[in-house]
Amino acid sequence: MEIDAEYDSGSDVDSRRRAKGRNKAKPAARGKKAKPADSEEESEEEEEAPRKRKGRKKKVESEEESEEEQRGRRKKAAASKKKAAAKDDSEEESEEEKGNKRRGGKKGGTKKEKEEENNKEKKGNGKAAGKGGKDKQDEKKNKGKNSSSSDDNSEDESMSEGEMARLKEEVEEKKKLIATLRNKPWRMKRRLKCLKEAQSFVEKFEGALGKGKGRRLYAFKVMMTKKIIKFNRDFENFKTACIPWESRIKEVESHFGSSVASYFIFLRWMYGLNLVLFGFVFGLVVIPEVLMGMPYGSIARKTVPREEQDSAMDFSVLFEFGGYCKYSIMFYGYYNNQRSIGLLQFRLPLSYLLVGVGIFGYSLMVVIRTMARNANEGGDGAEEGAFTFCWKLFTSWDYLIGNPETADNKFASTTTSFKESIVDEQENLKDENVHLRRFLRILANLLILCCLGGSGYLIYYVVKRSQGFAKLDRNELTWLQKNEVEIVMSLLGLVCPPLFEVIAELEDYHPRIALKWQLARIFALFLGNLYTFLFALFDEVNAKLENEKQIRNETIWALKEYYANYTLYHNVTENIPLPNISPADVIRGPCWETEVGIEFVKLTVSDIQVTYLTILIGDFLRAVIVRFLNYCWCWDLEAGFPSYGEFDISGNVLGLIFNQGMIWMGAFYAPGLVGVNVLRLLSSMYYQCWAVMACNVPHERVFKASRSNNFYMGLLLLVLFLSLMPVIYSIMTLPPSFDCGPFSGKDKMYDVIMETIEKDLPPFMADIFSYASNPGLIISAVLLMVLAIYYLNAVSKAYQNANMDLKRKMQMQRDEEKNRRNNKDSTNQVMKDLEDLMPNKSLIPPPLPEETAKPADQLSKSPKVTGKPGAAATGKGVHVQKDVSLAAANPRAPVTRPPGPRPPGHLPGNARGPPPGQGMGRGRGGPPPRR
Amino acid sequence: MGNKQTIFTSQQLDAYQDCTYFTRKEILRRFHRYRDLAPQLVPLDYKNQPEVRLPYELIGSMPELKDNPFRQRIAEVFSEDGEGNMTLDDFLDMFSVLSEMAPRDLKAFYAFKIYDFNNDDFICKSDLEKTLNKLTRNELTEDEVRMVCEKVIDEADLDNDGRLSLEDFQNMIVRAPDFLSTFHIRI
Repeated sequence: MEIDAEYDSGSDVDSRRRAKGRNKAKPAARGKKAKPADSEEESEEEEEAPRKRKGRKKKVESEEESEEEQRGRRKKAAASKKKAAAKDDSEEESEEEKGNKRRGGKKGGTKKEKEEENNKEKKGNGKAAGKGGKDKQDEKKNKGKNSSSSDDNSEDESMSEGEMARLKEEVEEKKKLIATLRNKPWRMKRRLKCLKEAQSFVEKFEGALGKGKGRRLYAFKVMMTKKIIKFNRDFENFKTACIPWESRIKEVESHFGSSVASYFIFLRWMYGLNLVLFGFVFGLVVIPEVLMGMPYGSIARKTVPREEQDSAMDFSVLFEFGGYCKYSIMFYGYYNNQRSIGLLQFRLPLSYLLVGVGIFGYSLMVVIRTMARNANEGGDGAEEGAFTFCWKLFTSWDYLIGNPETADNKFASTTTSFKESIVDEQENLKDENVHLRRFLRILANLLILCCLGGSGYLIYYVVKRSQGFAKLDRNELTWLQKNEVEIVMSLLGLVCPPLFEVIAELEDYHPRIALKWQLARIFALFLGNLYTFLFALFDEVNAKLENEKQIRNETIWALKEYYANYTLYHNVTENIPLPNISPADVIRGPCWETEVGIEFVKLTVSDIQVTYLTILIGDFLRAVIVRFLNYCWCWDLEAGFPSYGEFDISGNVLGLIFNQGMIWMGAFYAPGLVGVNVLRLLSSMYYQCWAVMACNVPHERVFKASRSNNFYMGLLLLVLFLSLMPVIYSIMTLPPSFDCGPFSGKDKMYDVIMETIEKDLPPFMADIFSYASNPGLIISAVLLMVLAIYYLNAVSKAYQNANMDLKRKMQMQRDEEKNRRNNKDSTNQVMKDLEDLMPNKSLIPPPLPEETAKPADQLSKSPKVTGKPGAAATGKGVHVQKDVSLAAANPRAPVTRPPGPRPPGHLPGNARGPPPGQGMGRGRGGPPPRR
Repeated sequence: MGNKQTIFTSQQLDAYQDCTYFTRKEILRRFHRYRDLAPQLVPLDYKNQPEVRLPYELIGSMPELKDNPFRQRIAEVFSEDGEGNMTLDDFLDMFSVLSEMAPRDLKAFYAFKIYDFNNDDFICKSDLEKTLNKLTRNELTEDEVRMVCEKVIDEADLDNDGRLSLEDFQNMIVRAPDFLSTFHIRI
């Protein structure tokens, strides 16, 4: 390549000299055109320099080039002969082109000049520049001819702007072709050929277009795009490889259908979310405290009090998160209120608050983003159920399946899903006693309301009772009395959903709708329970706050007493050393935050226990009994009463959602809770996968959980809001405990932010914040947001209307065409008569006869038909007229061929997404050769 | 790295990269997969484009295709002779279209061809019946099959000619949520 380049530069100079000489030699002959040509050459020379350099650097293609160059040289000799023969074979020509190009390459910068010469020659030959129809082929031929004689051909005129632009366009087109070649549905051979042609064309003419610098930039860009594509591909592969449990879920899916799988997918999603939250909490709060904070036992809040120390390691105490558990990093109380810790001056209290709020922020963002994506995904605005059967037929086979067992499952599940759709379809036609059903539905709802109210009251009662117990000595209480709240709540969660299901039998909804109702009801139950629990908890917190005040006063009193005594004994009034009390003996407050945290952790753990035990007993034991007792039982257990359990999707999903709500609420008071939850989700993924495969049977009526994913997300969002409120309330209003937690000693928890603003940020930032927190500003910002919401809402409504309109139009078009097809003959008959009657054979028939052509029933049926003439104003009029004009041109011939499919532009549904026909257009023009 | 390979010239590889969705490494891997099907037939030197065809029996026995009810159709559609005997070009073509990177339109086009059993450029009732029977292993009753076919035509046939043209098919398939994820073979 180096040698080539040297040679290039040599010949380049040569040719330039030649060109100049030419210009000088024939100035008179050129006349008018000489001047511009000259100046162009001038500028070209300047451009050539960088291009040459570039040629040297372009080693990427060196291999290819050298090889092709050889070929080019070989061809060169043959080319001139062929020129004389003026063969029209395009393939030959492309070869020649190559030869031509290579020669051009050797001559380096002369390429462009030659081209100009070519074009000029064309002009000189009388092929005017304005000749629009001149095609590439033609041009190529010219080039070929020229190349053979270019050395002595010294004609040069300036290239017209238009031609330049056209060439540019063509090159762009070729480039695009190269880039999109793989998208063409052609055979590989054809593609390869096409690629070769296009590449040689581009390589040949590109030099003429890009200015020197532009070309290098172009090469760079091409390289970068390739790199980026590759990187993206690798990244995507990596991302898919990172998603866990894909095969596990696929397995479940093949057995139980997509609805059960949707639960596991949701579980996996939840796991991902919790992993991120876990990362936040542990990375920014727990680990810094462990590494840089004071060790256990150094201060009172990190030490088990003396009176509890004997039992602090007992299992029964630890199991209730007392003892060492209570004074560990799991809970709020353990964290110190030191402003900054460690070498890094890590602001732990600030970090604690920000992480507490950030958890909500992040979750909110993720949930909403997922919802938005789900809403967009695939739906494409297609009305639900428009293509149920089509999609089932054409997209249900998963081409990835490469395992006979999975394939069997897939066949089975496809069959079931077809059967189910068929049943659905038939159900639509069913009609029954409406009044009875209405009555039953109202009755069912009444019963469920009673259940909800009862459970709410029960919880309130139990929580109140437990507060009564809390005042008594712990040792006298039985285990039942201590854990009453959790047990009652879990039991309610266990008993009520099946009860609801039984009641829902009365309603006799379609399973998909029934599932939604069931979800909503259980949701209401859990929510009621949770909030009753919360209110009771707040009562307790307030009591604790009172208690705390008292203890605080006592502490202060004790300190004062100590100081007074110290002064009395030692007679010093200053530099009194701090009282030397072991941290275990310090008087301490109740630390309500830790108490709340413990409540949440206990609730979560008991929830885990109950869930797992239910699965073990309700599913596994039942399955074992049914399976093995069936041999010696008086009726068929498998087919008869107990049978195997079905997987309870709604209950499981809601359990997960509520569990998450508790995590969100409790995470602020117990940072360890997130870790517990991650473990829980991880284990339940495996456990439930096993349980569902081992002990459950597929639902009798498998139904597709098409959009319920977003339904789950909506519930999750609601729970997120509901759990956000108490936490934010406590952060903003309740005073933190005075002797535990990262905010001790502050009036309010958020004071830590104020402190940071004052002390750590430059003063002007503090000013900015004080302005920003001005109520006037906030109110106007809120107002602005409300206005924006209003505006966006209005816009989306308008779009929706437009969408509906288009859909309706499309439907109308279809109906109309159907009608036309059905009445084709009669319409044509009338048209024929009309043609005979009309003297001037107008192309556009008056609207009246067409109306009469329609049968009366259709007239009454559809405005689509009567509105037809009027509709000429709208888009579809075009078709009507087209059809009519067809008929008019040849009135006697019956229309045997159906009107061709409309161009895609007329399908309103195609507004989004790629126009389906476009990419394929070429493909259809030249279908791939079959043989 | 791969300068040692002597199977293709570098232009060939570049051209293949431009014509498929594969990288050079992937192309070589596909080639080796292809060759492994019949090492005695496929030479290790493709520089002068030998005309080698592997019979359908070999192609259809690949684990990726073995369990696919449409394997024969896939091979037929992508093979140049229409009978499932594939050259390397056909082979690369097939997996390029079925790769993750291929766009919806291209996939839809080939899916249409695959489901168009009688090659008449329309998916008519008999094609649908065949598809459905392959998909469910003939487990639906005749009535059910008929009903499903009718429903499909009813849903997707925009121009009411009683069969699905490519436009109908594309219009339907571009909205399908899981078409891209299922019409896809990883090799």
